[in-house]
Amino acid sequence: MKTEQTKNAAIIEPSAEAQLLELEQHTVEPLRHFFEVSRRDLFKLLGSGLIVGICVKKGLTQESGRATNSEDAATDLASWLHIGEDGKVTVFTGKAEMGQNIRTSLTQQVSEELRVPMASITLVMGDTDLTPFDMGTFGSRTTPQMGTRLRSVAANARGLLVEMAAKHWSVDPATLLAKDGMVVSSKAGKRISYGELTQGKKLVEISESDPEPESPTQWHIAGSSASKVDGKAFVTGVHQYTSDIIRPGMLHGKVFRPPAFNSKLISVDTKKAEQVPNVAVVHDGDFIGVAAPEPELAQKTLALVDVQTQAPPQIDDAALFDYLRKNPDTEEHGRPGGRGNNTAGSVETGMASAAKTLSQTYTASYIQHAPLEPRAAVAEWQDGKLTVWTGTQRPFAVKEDLASAFHISQDHVRVIVPDTGAAYGGKHTGECAVEAARLAKGAGKPVKLVWTREEEFTWAYFRPAGVIDVKSGIAADGKLVAWEFHNYNSGPSAIDTPYNVPNKKIEFHPVKNPPLRQGSYRGLAATANHFARESHMDELAHLAGIDPLQFRLKNITDPRLRAVFEAAAQRFGWSKQKATPELGFGIGGGFEKNGYFATCAEVAIDRAHGQVRIVRVAQAFDCGAVVNPNGLRNQIEGAITQGIGGALVEAIHFADGKVLNGRFRDYHVPRFRDLPKIEVELVDRKDIPPAGAGETPIMGIAPATANAIFSATAIRLRGLPLMAKPLELKA
Amino acid sequence: MATITLLINGSERKVEATEDEPLLSVLRNRLGLTGTKFGCGVGQCGACTVMLDGKAVRSCRLPATKVKGKIVTIEGLSANGSLQPIQQAFLEEEAFQCGYCTSGMIMSAQALLSAVPKPSDDDILEYMNGNICRCGTYQRIMAAVHRAAEKGGKA
Repeated sequence: MKTEQTKNAAIIEPSAEAQLLELEQHTVEPLRHFFEVSRRDLFKLLGSGLIVGICVKKGLTQESGRATNSEDAATDLASWLHIGEDGKVTVFTGKAEMGQNIRTSLTQQVSEELRVPMASITLVMGDTDLTPFDMGTFGSRTTPQMGTRLRSVAANARGLLVEMAAKHWSVDPATLLAKDGMVVSSKAGKRISYGELTQGKKLVEISESDPEPESPTQWHIAGSSASKVDGKAFVTGVHQYTSDIIRPGMLHGKVFRPPAFNSKLISVDTKKAEQVPNVAVVHDGDFIGVAAPEPELAQKTLALVDVQTQAPPQIDDAALFDYLRKNPDTEEHGRPGGRGNNTAGSVETGMASAAKTLSQTYTASYIQHAPLEPRAAVAEWQDGKLTVWTGTQRPFAVKEDLASAFHISQDHVRVIVPDTGAAYGGKHTGECAVEAARLAKGAGKPVKLVWTREEEFTWAYFRPAGVIDVKSGIAADGKLVAWEFHNYNSGPSAIDTPYNVPNKKIEFHPVKNPPLRQGSYRGLAATANHFARESHMDELAHLAGIDPLQFRLKNITDPRLRAVFEAAAQRFGWSKQKATPELGFGIGGGFEKNGYFATCAEVAIDRAHGQVRIVRVAQAFDCGAVVNPNGLRNQIEGAITQGIGGALVEAIHFADGKVLNGRFRDYHVPRFRDLPKIEVELVDRKDIPPAGAGETPIMGIAPATANAIFSATAIRLRGLPLMAKPLELKA
Repeated sequence: MATITLLINGSERKVEATEDEPLLSVLRNRLGLTGTKFGCGVGQCGACTVMLDGKAVRSCRLPATKVKGKIVTIEGLSANGSLQPIQQAFLEEEAFQCGYCTSGMIMSAQALLSAVPKPSDDDILEYMNGNICRCGTYQRIMAAVHRAAEKGGKA
C-alpha cells in the first residue's frame, strides 16, 4: 500500500517540462533563480528546535532551467518546517495566498500528517528571504504540488519525532503513536510533547527520500471543511494587505502614464513640479514619477510635469478579430513541442464520410482581471538592500526583475507578499514593485505605490482575445467522425477535445504583435476553448436532433467526465426541464488540470428588452480527493460568479491605443443583482490525488449560458461576451 | 491644510487634512485606520464603505473637511473586543475569499441591518449592489446577512 501511495505522489508532481509549458502560457518571463538557505539564520529567527525539509529531485532542478550546479542542486530545498520548543510549527512555502484559501488547505495537510492541531501551525508564505524558491502561484499547482510536498515533509517530521521519542525512552518506535502534538506510548502509559522532544536542539533533517503521506482515505483533518485560518483578521479589518502597509517616513507615489499605448516621450519638463516642497520628482528614461507625503499631493505634482508624447496609429476593438486571424506569428507556430497541436486520422476523410457537417467561428474578447486590490507595492532601501512588499503571484520572479532593474545582486533584494486582495492570474509581473522601488530610490525614503483603478484597467495585462474556428462532422447515429479546431491567439489550454473522434486536427495559432498586452488569466484559454467546443457540441446535438446531454454522453468514454455530466444533470433536473420562449436550459462541461466539470444553466429571457439573466446554475466538479470541501465550494461558487461576467458582459473596448471603459461604471463586473442560485455537486474521489481548483470551475458557465439562450430563443451567440448587445428577438 | 475634528469609532480625532482630501485618505493615511479599503476612488465598488450616522457611505467620495456626524469604520465594530453578529456571520458562512471587499461589505450590511433588521433577499440586493466582490462570494454574503439578522444583527 505504501509503495502505491509513493507512486501516486510521484505521478502528481508535474514534470519539469509540463511546468514550463504551463508557465509559458501564463507569462513570458524567464526564470533563473535557485534558492539558498542559511539554516543558522533560520534558528536565529525561530529559536531552537527541529527543522525538517525535503529536497527537490536533482533531475527536476536541472531540467527546470534554473541556473544551478550539482552542489546547489543537492541543497535545493523544496519546502521545510520548523518545530519549536513550544511545540509551535512554522511551515515555509514560496506560494502566495490571494483568496484561493491555500493558507488554510496547506495548514490542514500539515496538521493531518504531523498530527498537530491546526492552531499550532503558522505558514510563512511568499517571502524570498525566508521561503524556498517557488516558480509562482499559478496553474492550480498549489494543491497537487505544494500540498503533496508539505504532506511529505510533515510525514517525515512525524517519523523523526517518533524516532526521537523512541530513543528517549529506549523503546521500539513501532510501539509509539503520534497524536495531538505528542508522541504517545500507550503500552508504557507515557507521552512527550513535540516541544519537549526538540528542546534545546538545533537539528536539521533533510530528506531526499520519496514521500509517504497518508492516503486521502485515511484523512481526518484534511478532507473535512476547515474555516479560513486567519478569518478573524479579515472581518475586523486587521489584516494588512500590501496597500495597508505604512513604513516610517513613507511617501506615496504616482507614476505618469501616457495617453495611449506604445507612446514615445517627445519632451519632458519637470521644472514646475520640482518646485513643490517635500516632493521627489523622478525622471529616468521613460519613467516619470512623483513621491509625496500624501497621495493627493503626488497626483497634483505629477500634473505639473509637462510631458509631450506621440503614439502610432493602433487598431480598435472592431478590427480585433480580423487582425487576430490575419497576423499569425509563424516563427512561434513552427516551434517544436506542439503547444497543444494534435492530429489523428484524416479530417478530410472523416468529413467526407459524415452524415452531417458544421463549420462555425467563435470569439472571445479581451477582458481584465480587475482584482479589488489594485497592484500595490511598498519599497524601502536600506544600506543598498531593497525590500519590497507587493501583491504578486511570483515573488521570486519579481525579485529578479528588481535586481535586474537596479543592477544589484539578487541577495540584496527581498520580496514579501502579504496575503493579497486577489489576482486571478493578473499579478504575475512586478511593474508596480519596480516603479515603487525607483521612486523610493529617488526620494531616499520608503514609497508606497497603489495603482488607480484606471491604471489597473489600462496598464495591467489583459486576458488574450481569440478567434476559434471549428469544423466537424457526425455520423447518422450522432457519433463524431471529424473534428477540426483552430484557436487564434487566445491560447492552447484545453484545446484538445475530450470527446471520442477518430479524425481530428487541432491547432493553436499564436499572433504577431497582438493589439493589447496580454497574459495569464484564471484558467487561461481553457475558458475560450471550452466555450467554442461546448457551444459547437450543442449545435451538433441540435443538428442531430439529440438531447444535448445524451449527445455528449454518446461521444464520451472517460468515466470521470461522464460522471460529472450525469451528476450535474441530476442535480439540475436536466431531464425534467423544457425550454419556453422565456426560459432556457443549457449544459456544458469538460476537464482541465485534472479537474472535471459539468455545468447546467437556466436563463430567463426578458423578451421586451432582449436581455438575459442567469437564474440558476448547477455545477458538478471532480478534482480528485477534496482537501477542504467548504473551501472548494467557495472557489467553485466564486468561479461561476466571476465567470458570469466574462460570459455575459465583460469586454475591454479600445481605440487609438486607449482603453475606453476603464472604470467599474463602464466595465460591468458581476454584482449582487447578477447572482443566480448556485448549486455545487462535489464528486469527492478519495482514490485520486487532489488537483487544484482555482481555475477549472470557471470554464463551464459561458457555454452552458450560450446553450441555454439558444434553447429559449433559437439565437446562437458565438462571441464572448454573449450580451455585447441586446438579443434581436422576433416579436 | 486644515485641522479638523472627526468623531470616529466613539472618539474625537483631531487631524490635518487638505480641503478636498477624501475621508478615505484621512482614515488610511493620516489615522492609520487601514481596515477601510481603496478599490476605485470614485464610489463604484464599495470597498471604502464606512457608516456615517448609521448610514453606509463611500468614504472615497466624501471630503473629510465636510464630514459632520459619527463615523464608524470596521475597526470600530469590534472595538470592545467581541465580534458583532455580522462579523461572526461572515466567519461562519466563510463569506469571503481574498477578503479585500469584506470591510466594505460588512459596513454596508451593518448599515442595512440597522435600518432593516430582517432584510429580504431583495433588500440586500437593493442595498448592497454597489459593493463588488470580485471573488464572487455574493451567495455567502447574503447568507451571512440573513444569519446575522436571525441573531439580532443590529447589536
